[in-house]
Amino acid sequence: MPSETAKPSNLVQKPKTFAELREGILVGRVKAGDIAHSYYDRIEQINSELNIYLSLTKERALAQAAKVDEAASKGDPLGPLAGIPVGIKDVLVVRGAPSTAGSKILKGYQPPYDATAVSRLETAGAVLLGKLNCDEFAMGSSNENSAYGPVRNPVDTERVPGGSSGGSAAAVAANLAVATLGTDTGGSIRQPASFCGVVGVLPTYGRVSRYGLIAFASSLDRIGPFAGNVRDAATLLSVIAGYDASDATSSSTPVGDYAAESDKGAEGLRIGVPEEYFGEGLDPEVREQIEKGIESLRNSGCSVRPISLPHTRSAIPTYYLVATAEASANLARFDGVRYGYRSPSSATLADMYSHSRDEGFGAEVKRRIMLGTYALSAGYYDAYYLKAQKVRRLLGEEFLRAFADVDAIVTPTAPTPAFKLGEKTGDPLAMYLADIYTVTASLAGICGVTVPCGATKAGLPVGMQVLASHMNEGTAFRVARAVEAAQG
Amino acid sequence: MAGNVKAEDVERVAELAHLKLSPDEAGSMLHDLNAILDYVAQLDELDTSSVVPLAQVSELVGGSGTKPLREDQRKPSLERSAVMAQAPETDQAFFKVPKVIER
Repeated sequence: MPSETAKPSNLVQKPKTFAELREGILVGRVKAGDIAHSYYDRIEQINSELNIYLSLTKERALAQAAKVDEAASKGDPLGPLAGIPVGIKDVLVVRGAPSTAGSKILKGYQPPYDATAVSRLETAGAVLLGKLNCDEFAMGSSNENSAYGPVRNPVDTERVPGGSSGGSAAAVAANLAVATLGTDTGGSIRQPASFCGVVGVLPTYGRVSRYGLIAFASSLDRIGPFAGNVRDAATLLSVIAGYDASDATSSSTPVGDYAAESDKGAEGLRIGVPEEYFGEGLDPEVREQIEKGIESLRNSGCSVRPISLPHTRSAIPTYYLVATAEASANLARFDGVRYGYRSPSSATLADMYSHSRDEGFGAEVKRRIMLGTYALSAGYYDAYYLKAQKVRRLLGEEFLRAFADVDAIVTPTAPTPAFKLGEKTGDPLAMYLADIYTVTASLAGICGVTVPCGATKAGLPVGMQVLASHMNEGTAFRVARAVEAAQG
Repeated sequence: MAGNVKAEDVERVAELAHLKLSPDEAGSMLHDLNAILDYVAQLDELDTSSVVPLAQVSELVGGSGTKPLREDQRKPSLERSAVMAQAPETDQAFFKVPKVIER
């Protein structure tokens, strides 16, 4: 297997930076409308091969681009994302556009409102190209749980793009969008970004409003950006972050200028390397690339020290109890009454519920609803759900202690590079272990960035995860910029 | 707390979750639930007797944090017709469902 080389791909293409596109629009060299058209042309050419977009919002995109062009021609001020073509993960609602969450149960659903993160993007001038494929209700690590077929990894189409935000990561890797929004509950932004060789951001819990995110596990769900470089991801986060009265868990902590912070360099930062993320199960080629990345941080003037996070091994079991319990409650809303699919063959209300849910949900979603319902049911609540909440506190406090001594923690984002389609679909537990390095930050609520950090001999991307304490996204971006700069 | 799920438990939990599982689905569910619960049993090794459960991370985040309370204020909500248009069956004012009470 190590001697195998990735199928050479002409599908990978680096998007232009926000600054390049903005400059072109400002001086009148290029029109936002032409940029949007060129993206739709490329989608037309290669989307069928990759299965990234589930639907397009062309009318809305071209109207928005025309607005940007009019403002530019009049010399009016342009928003920070003016004319930037973006894609939206299909678990985020966009008014009047199909929003399926990758599920059959929401086929045809056209929400009557925009998610807060989506409307903030548009207010900043971004052009919404369409909706991106993902695992059903964001449950999966390979995008193979989508009811609309898997996304293929543009680097090697025999391989998965990661999940659950597989479409969001692959879209940036294949330049079918300049940037995208995804969601991360246990690693669903960071792991696919790592598999596809792009930048992905897990903002602190509460940093970005969840209003309009079709809920999976509410105490864990977060919305964050994907981009082709760290600075653009930072710019995008500043646009979508901030308090929103529609999400009671959104934070009123002031939003930073994350792009400017990322410009500060990493010199003098204290970096912790937790031994628990380099143990059994870590692919040796991934380890080698991450160690090179850590060396580049030393060269950038960071001080690097080993640390220990002993509760790491409890994170996957804790995560799958907390996440499935919350999912079983959240997904109770899909009952065939108010929206989505209703089974035609039901004489009674109870039958209508169970038939609609049985026909509408896929296997992994049912598995998680069942596990969560079991863990919350009478007689098992203390042993499973309550126990997991207690271990969650231990994990969170362990990070708080670690961040008393270091500014950032670096780890591999995933234990392996992108695996092959079908490789793990028969074994749910093996699939869950693909999230082994990402669920810890999810449970603790801290922030992080994954940044490309070399590739295997076969050419498969490796990602480094940079974690920082609550609300310290700026620090994570500074470290990620240093790793990125060393990639050359 | 190792996996000790039996076929009748799968049936009971499916009923609680309003899922109608086929015999095939119920069989693989039984296997998967036990495999996953065997795996999560490792949490038993941790002594958590004096740990307070953490339901939500905002207390770890600290700082100015979230605003749990605000003034009550009237404001428009979504247009009723736009909401009802997404439902499988309505009479415009109400959602329609199969008969609930037999007489």
